[in-house]
Amino acid sequence: MDTYLLHRIHFAFTITYHYLFPQLTMGLALLIVVLKFIALKNNDPRYDQASRFWAKLFVVNFLLGVVTGIPMEFQFGTNWAEFSRRTGGVIGQPLAMEGVFSFFLESTFLGLFLFGERRLSKLAHFGSAVMVFVGSWISGFFIIVTDAWMQHPVAYHLLPNGTYEVSSFWGLMLNPWAWLQYAHNMCGAVVTAAFVMSATGAFYLLDQKHEAHGRLFLKVGVVSGLISCVLMIMPTGDLQGKAVAKYQPAAMAGMEGLFRTEKGAPIVLMGQPDMEKERIDNPLTANSVLSFLIYGTTAAEVRGLDSVPRDQWPSPLPLLYYSYHIMAGLGTYFLAVMALAVLLLLRGTLYTSRWILWPLLLSFPLPYIANTAGWMTAEIGRQPWLVYGLMRTSQGYSSHVSEGNSLFTLLGFMGMYSVLTILWVVIVYRTIETGPGSTEKQLETSHA
Amino acid sequence: MGAIWFWIVAVMLALYVVLDGFDLGVGMLYPFLARTEEDRKNMLRSIGPVWDGNEVWLLAGGGTLFFAFPLVYASAFSGFYLPLMIVLWLLILRGVGIELRGHMDNAVWRTFFDGIFFTSSALLAIFYGAALANVIRGVPIGSDSYFFLPLWTNWRVGPSPGILDWYTVLGGVVALVALAHHGALWLALKTSGALEIRANGVARMLWPVLLVVTLVSLPATVVARPLSLANYEAHAGLFAIPLLVAVALVATLYFRRRVDAGRAFLSSCVYLVVMLVGAAAGLYPTLLPSSISASQDMTIAQSLAGSHSTHVGLVWWAFGMVLAAMYFVTSYWLFRGKVTEGSDYSH
Ligand code: HDD
Ligand code: HEM
Ligand code: HEM
Repeated sequence: MDTYLLHRIHFAFTITYHYLFPQLTMGLALLIVVLKFIALKNNDPRYDQASRFWAKLFVVNFLLGVVTGIPMEFQFGTNWAEFSRRTGGVIGQPLAMEGVFSFFLESTFLGLFLFGERRLSKLAHFGSAVMVFVGSWISGFFIIVTDAWMQHPVAYHLLPNGTYEVSSFWGLMLNPWAWLQYAHNMCGAVVTAAFVMSATGAFYLLDQKHEAHGRLFLKVGVVSGLISCVLMIMPTGDLQGKAVAKYQPAAMAGMEGLFRTEKGAPIVLMGQPDMEKERIDNPLTANSVLSFLIYGTTAAEVRGLDSVPRDQWPSPLPLLYYSYHIMAGLGTYFLAVMALAVLLLLRGTLYTSRWILWPLLLSFPLPYIANTAGWMTAEIGRQPWLVYGLMRTSQGYSSHVSEGNSLFTLLGFMGMYSVLTILWVVIVYRTIETGPGSTEKQLETSHA
Repeated sequence: MGAIWFWIVAVMLALYVVLDGFDLGVGMLYPFLARTEEDRKNMLRSIGPVWDGNEVWLLAGGGTLFFAFPLVYASAFSGFYLPLMIVLWLLILRGVGIELRGHMDNAVWRTFFDGIFFTSSALLAIFYGAALANVIRGVPIGSDSYFFLPLWTNWRVGPSPGILDWYTVLGGVVALVALAHHGALWLALKTSGALEIRANGVARMLWPVLLVVTLVSLPATVVARPLSLANYEAHAGLFAIPLLVAVALVATLYFRRRVDAGRAFLSSCVYLVVMLVGAAAGLYPTLLPSSISASQDMTIAQSLAGSHSTHVGLVWWAFGMVLAAMYFVTSYWLFRGKVTEGSDYSH
């Protein structure tokens, strides 16, 4: 394996693992605010209990988000030194702002939220939940601004020494790509939290334990699930797709598996990209749909991979194609499940329809897969560029950190993260098993 | 502008050492001071609501370094590759050790996490001390502005040193002792009864050791990097810094004897800050000295980010720090006083 590839795998592995946690905590932070709000408005202690239960799961995920996030912050320097040297003048800005504006806020108010329920008034405690939510969503924003600059660089100029600097602070913050990406990504976080909450509710009902809370979780879970799943596709996913088609035609062609430029381009629902013959094997297509989705008319021309020199094709292209199809396929499935569940909820039969409770229970891993696939789409689609059109990925890694060193730390992270995963499973399972009723007692011992 | 950002980064990192320093110290003393499960819980309660926020100073400081001096960030972080990764692993272990221990009512589980908490805290202190010493001593920066340090070579300082040599090991020892002392004073402030008495006892034992290693570290620094004295010679007023170190150190002793735990802890904060400021004053305007020749030092002028960002940055940074200060004051105020069982520290 060469050094360059190892550094890529190193980054991809650690960031993908990290993002498993924030996607839940960012979504859950919002749902906890919702629960606390209902508790406050209706003066309903069940909702307080529910929010305490979810706070407990929140903390475990938050902790893992924190400890796996710290390596991310440093990895730009360790494994991507040349990238950091050249573009630090731009991306250092949002990354530093994330630390200053969101991590302080989040860590402080999380402390207040967890340790201060008795010291604070009800309203102040609600306020601290809101601040935890705000902090985590600001954090997501600055990270996305960073990534969006790499996808679609704006507001910079090149200095004679080959480094970039910001030419307009607001230009950087208001990068349209960032706002599109942010909207879509945050919806994705809510989808994850909604599925996790619904699955827990479904589990309680199927297991005939903690049923009152099970119903509550299902209600909040499927309603927020439906809303976020709709937003996921329309308008956010749709707008992102249009932006990619416009600014990263090679990425769009790769995502869709469109090898040749076509008028009235079809959409490939299924099929395997064949890199030698440059075509899709066993295709299952719908005519003209792609042109329509991107340009709103069935006749529009969509650029294929043939319009791009081969050394600028995203790679690995099949992985890009599959990632995108997995994300979009799952997105369609999520919408279907949640729409059905809400329908049953309105008809009052959701809690007894075991045939929908089972899929709700078993679907909780899928949003994680969809979010990861979405990121793989974005990041592989950007290849071979590290900063789109400005700097290639092969120019950005730390070439003076040898293969052996990078493999050593990659293996170290893999080992460490395997242990974290085991601990996570044990603790989360136990917390769910114990259920919300007894959390008051539980929290007491856990946070001592 | 460069000078402002140099001092901003230095002060943020110094705050990190002072704040996270006491919870690292608590970790180091954990197996020695806690006799009962209740002691252990009280020690953890004393840092429970604040340790994560303290750690944010490292992230925010690191982020600010990246933002203001991208070249130094790129060169130093990749050059110190292995030790930095080990620090990251230790930070992971420590967070997990603190937070997950209480999730299972099981002696084996708890003892396991206690061990992790202790080991990672002690090792982190040593690594931080060694890291600072590496920066002070200098690293073999090449003409492409990169370097790569092996973990150790022949244990001597010189043009091609390793991460560990006699000087950096000394740095590790100073950090270990200073933070253990700092943590003991924190515990004396936050706990009561037998635990408080033991914490004071440890601080008493550590004080003379700290005095000795501090005294040794000052001349050692001059041997490791003779140029450290250049700024001091040019501005004699800077000699107030070592004087202040001495005063702060004596003050910790004085206030502890007077059983004034608050002032003793504050003196220890001052001691740490002034030690670090002294080191920064010796470096300025260099951020990363070259062990090969002073002409290759990485300076503020070479590595400062563009002027638009550094100007805008000053605005949001100042604003952000006001907010951060408010959060810290609020949370330390809310969790003030000694920890006791059943106090609001638990739920
Ligand atoms: C639950 C997760 C989830 C679901 C169901 C979807 N997405 Fe997504 N998608 C993401 C989670 C995600 C993500 C992880 O949030 C990404 C990665 C980067 C980003 O900003 O959002 C993303 C990126 C992303 C991109 C940008 C790729 C790039 O920047 O190159 C496009 C075009 C879409 N999505 C389109 C869709 C469409 C049309 C969907 C409809 C079915 C869809 N996504 C469902
Ligand atoms: C601030 C946000 C992010 C930045 C700045 C960023 C930057 C990078 C960099 C520098 C690389 C390595 C070079 C490369 O192979 O392209 C990379 C690759 C990658 N990133 Fe991101 N990333 C960000 C967010 C994410 C997130 C949240 C995920 C997933 C959860 C992700 C998934 C990946 C993957 C899978 C790769 C590997 C792609 C490949 O090697 O082909 N990224 N990203
Ligand atoms: C390369 C990319 C990334 C870097 C450098 C990074 C860095 C970090 C760091 C250092 C932390 C710990 C903060 C603390 O101590 O409180 C953290 C946590 C967090 N990160 Fe990331 N992160 C990355 C990707 C992402 C992405 C893509 C998102 C979401 C959009 C995200 C959202 C969060 C959130 C919400 C937290 C708070 C902890 C939690 O809620 O679990 N991060 N991140």
